[in-house]
Amino acid sequence: MTLLNTLNNAQEQSQDKWNTVCLLDDIAPDTGVCALYQGEQVALFRIGDSDQVFAISNYDPLGEANVLSRGIVGSVGERLVVASPLYKQHYDLATGECLEDSDLLLKTYRVRVVEQQVLLG
Amino acid sequence: MSKKRIIVVGNGMVGHNFINTLATSENSSEFELVTFSEEPRLAYDRVQLSKYFSGYTAADLALTTADDYERQGVVFTLNDKVVAINSHEKTITTASGRKEGYDKLVLATGSYPFVPPIPGKDQDHCLVYRTIEDLEAISASAAVSKTGVVVGGGLLGLEAANALKQAGLETHVVEFAPRLMAVQLDEGGGQLLRRKIEDLGVTVHTEKNTKEIVVGQECRYRMNFADGSFLETDMILFSAGIRPQDELARQFGLDLGERGGIVINDYCQTSDEDIYAIGECALWDNKIFGLVAPGYQMAKVSAAHIVSSLITHEEPALAFKGADMSTKLKLLGVDVASIGDAHGHTAGSQSYVFNDDIAEVYKRLIVSADGKKLLGAVLVGEAEAYGTLLQLMLNDMDIPGNPAALILPAVDGEASVGLGVAALPETAQICSCFDVTKGDLAAAVQGGCCTMGDIKDATKASTGCGGCSALVKQVMDAELVALGVEVNNNLCEHFAYTRAELADIIRVKGYTTFAQVLQGHGKGHGCEICKPTVGSVLASFHNEYILKDEHIGLQDTNDIFLGNMQKDGTYSIVPRIAGGEITPDKLIVLGEIAKEYDLYTKITGGQRIDLFGAQLHELPQIWERLVAAGFETGHAYGKSLRTVKSCVGSTWCRYGVLDSVSMAIALENRYKGLRAPHKIKFAVSGCTRECAEAQSKDIGVIATEKGWNLYVCGNGGMRPRHADLFATELDDETLIKTIDRVLMFYVRTADRLQRTSVWMENLEGGLDYLREVVVDDKLGICSELEDAMTRVVSTYQCEWKTTLENPEKLKRFQHFINADEDDSNLLYVRERGQRRPATATERIELVNLSSVQN
Ligand SMILES: Cc1cc2nc3c(=O)[nH]c(=O)nc-3n(C[C@H](O)[C@H](O)[C@H](O)COP(=O)(O)OP(=O)(O)OC[C@H]3O[C@@H](n4cnc5c(N)ncnc54)[C@H](O)[C@@H]3O)c2cc1C
Ligand code: SF4
Ligand code: SF4
Ligand code: FES
Repeated sequence: MTLLNTLNNAQEQSQDKWNTVCLLDDIAPDTGVCALYQGEQVALFRIGDSDQVFAISNYDPLGEANVLSRGIVGSVGERLVVASPLYKQHYDLATGECLEDSDLLLKTYRVRVVEQQVLLG
Repeated sequence: MSKKRIIVVGNGMVGHNFINTLATSENSSEFELVTFSEEPRLAYDRVQLSKYFSGYTAADLALTTADDYERQGVVFTLNDKVVAINSHEKTITTASGRKEGYDKLVLATGSYPFVPPIPGKDQDHCLVYRTIEDLEAISASAAVSKTGVVVGGGLLGLEAANALKQAGLETHVVEFAPRLMAVQLDEGGGQLLRRKIEDLGVTVHTEKNTKEIVVGQECRYRMNFADGSFLETDMILFSAGIRPQDELARQFGLDLGERGGIVINDYCQTSDEDIYAIGECALWDNKIFGLVAPGYQMAKVSAAHIVSSLITHEEPALAFKGADMSTKLKLLGVDVASIGDAHGHTAGSQSYVFNDDIAEVYKRLIVSADGKKLLGAVLVGEAEAYGTLLQLMLNDMDIPGNPAALILPAVDGEASVGLGVAALPETAQICSCFDVTKGDLAAAVQGGCCTMGDIKDATKASTGCGGCSALVKQVMDAELVALGVEVNNNLCEHFAYTRAELADIIRVKGYTTFAQVLQGHGKGHGCEICKPTVGSVLASFHNEYILKDEHIGLQDTNDIFLGNMQKDGTYSIVPRIAGGEITPDKLIVLGEIAKEYDLYTKITGGQRIDLFGAQLHELPQIWERLVAAGFETGHAYGKSLRTVKSCVGSTWCRYGVLDSVSMAIALENRYKGLRAPHKIKFAVSGCTRECAEAQSKDIGVIATEKGWNLYVCGNGGMRPRHADLFATELDDETLIKTIDRVLMFYVRTADRLQRTSVWMENLEGGLDYLREVVVDDKLGICSELEDAMTRVVSTYQCEWKTTLENPEKLKRFQHFINADEDDSNLLYVRERGQRRPATATERIELVNLSSVQN
């Protein structure tokens, strides 16, 4: 029941409330990890060894599995993307849009890095 | 309407080609095809016959199988000679007494070796070279002989000499004429060929007329020559030319040529309009054609004529117009080519000669009186210009510029003068083995072919003797350019290079990270194509731990967690079981672990055990146990060596001649961990029964009594390919050395995700080129390749062991970075006592059920 509690708490909290989910160092350069945030699976990606981090849903709607955090980070044209590890469709890290099928839009999350902490909000 | 009955006498290369043409034609249902063969087997590739000595089996040489014929409805009888024709009744009779009626009769009886009437020629160990049985007899005789003589220094004689030499005999060639290959070569060419062949240790005796064969003193026989000299030898192989097999036609009244051969018209009909003759038994315009391509042409013409006269009653569309007898071959390793009027018999012809005694190259061009047209050529020692010259002659084209330039070696930097393929007419025949024209190739390209592999599949061009491959490639490339297809081999949008080019760049510049390569030669941020590619190249050269910080982001789906991701995001685990050999104790460990973690367990095709359904956080726990029990990672997740499958071999098998299991284990342990453009599979069989199916692997090794035979570039899977025999009778050390070189060369030059089979098909020069690089060290890189492999072998590490020793790395092996929960999306059902992911419908039921229960 812990799960439900976090969820309710979060809903009560204002939009400006940020929660730490991990340390920046927990994400190896140019890879992703998956965080549990308000009962949802969120894929976090770190660009190079910078502190630029993106957060989108971890659920691959085409592969129907929670795996996106394990995809390869890269770029298509100017857009930063992750390739699904299952069937290699690309998802825009900033918008959640599937490049192969623009009707598919993944949920994105607000994310920021403060003093080596990665926060979602 | 009843079917028309076609009887084909002789199931040799041409007879089979005829049958195949009719059986695959649109009118095939109108015909009943019947064939008789005097030989004990169906048609085989006589052109490649000599390969029998380098390990090819009768099955490798076969052009068809009993199954294929049965499927095509072809009725065949082996070991039964046709002995009589009754052209009034339209029947034939066989030696076994069968009598069969025909609507059309096709004689494809080929030819037989001519043995000069020398007293003593009929003794044991006096043999000929035409059938598989002949070759078996030669092998048997060579085994009890020290010296061998080939009578006849023509094309076949020299091929036979090569075989004797390979069998380890002291080899002599005895020729009646003053030079070798007198039909095809001029004096200068013949002389150089002789020198080269003598350098290889074959003694050549010209202008020798054998008078008699008597008992020898040192050897089994002594050959006495007309000039009083003699030669002692243990065996004699006659290769003094062929004679058309026209016995039937002779007995039953068909017209014959003065010196034999069944006379045919332009439709291949004999003097009886319902009897055709094709192949080496046929005489057209007083000429016998002793090559297979003209025979195939006759097969095509006669089949078309039979269809038009029996079925469509239209004017026959095809006619036989003679054939070009130009040839290019490798004799005892020497390139030899002869084109057109090689002797300059044409009135007024002139010639250009290029002779390089140092490099041992001889070339002669015969041109018309006005110097504009090419009439013929002789090339010895180097024959790269063959394709160009042949096309110039066949298409009666004007020689571009100065004729001498055609045979002069290229000056540094300047490409040698070729003729632009654009200049060739559409009808130019590019591949004579399969009669493929420039127009056919162009059509194939327009139909979507864009690699040599595609072209070979679609047109068969370049899959026979292979002499046309360079030209086929040029035509294909030109056609692609003409179509505006930009031949774009870029790896992806981030790198304007092929994988092979990137590999060169990385090697030469000594790069060790993706960041360096991207910065120096790429743009953007990389992607799921270039990152793993560069990762793989870096790993092939430096072999560092692939989960190091600077490499981790490059790893593909499977490598990054050192397991194989399955459809629900869980992983399968495949520990290495080298050679498929496993102790009962280890087997028990696998069973215990699988039971404890409830892993679905299955035996793989590569003789290993695959454990499915492990979640991320379970991977390190499971591997901890596996490593403790002595297992290593199996790299089932990597583009790298997978398994070396083996049969049990000489240790247990009644037939085994070498220890295939030990060899398989040694090979697997040597190459494990080698990162490559794609996965690599091996197999080792303990004898030629081939129970390990090595010929379907990238590297196949088969034991023979005299050592290992090495096959390369085979493939099972989506596009099966029979591996090519690459080297024979190797000892352990040479085998490993050769594999080292082949693999490293593949790693360096193949494209991304290109299996060895496709790599080979697209390798310009094909198998011969690979041999030149790997065996003859043409590029001078063999020691470099070996060093590179030694480096990989000596830096091997079990990636799982390293990972387990590294707590930082282990952090990644959990589903959530911030919670200990499992992925709630995983749902399973049980089937046959094991677990498997629930299907979509099952999921709905299961979820409903659990919510009801809650
Ligand atoms: C060692 C060797 C190397 C060669 N290399 C080349 C090369 O590099 N390039 C090239 O173009 N050509 C080459 N040739 C020639 C090529 O093999 C022949 O041109 C080709 O095989 C001719 O085909 P065919 O069907 O006419 O005759 P064959 O292949 O000889 O077939 C005739 C068949 O008919 C059978 N037969 C005969 N009479 C009867 C009967 N009365 N009843 C039943 N069956 C009968 C024979 O037993 C035989 O099986 C080579 C030949 C040899 C021997
Ligand atoms: S290939 Fe030969 S040695 Fe191996 S199992 Fe089969 S028969 Fe025995
Ligand atoms: S054949 Fe197809 S279904 Fe079977 S393992 Fe290979 S990819 Fe999967
Ligand atoms: S000419 Fe022999 S394969 Fe093309």
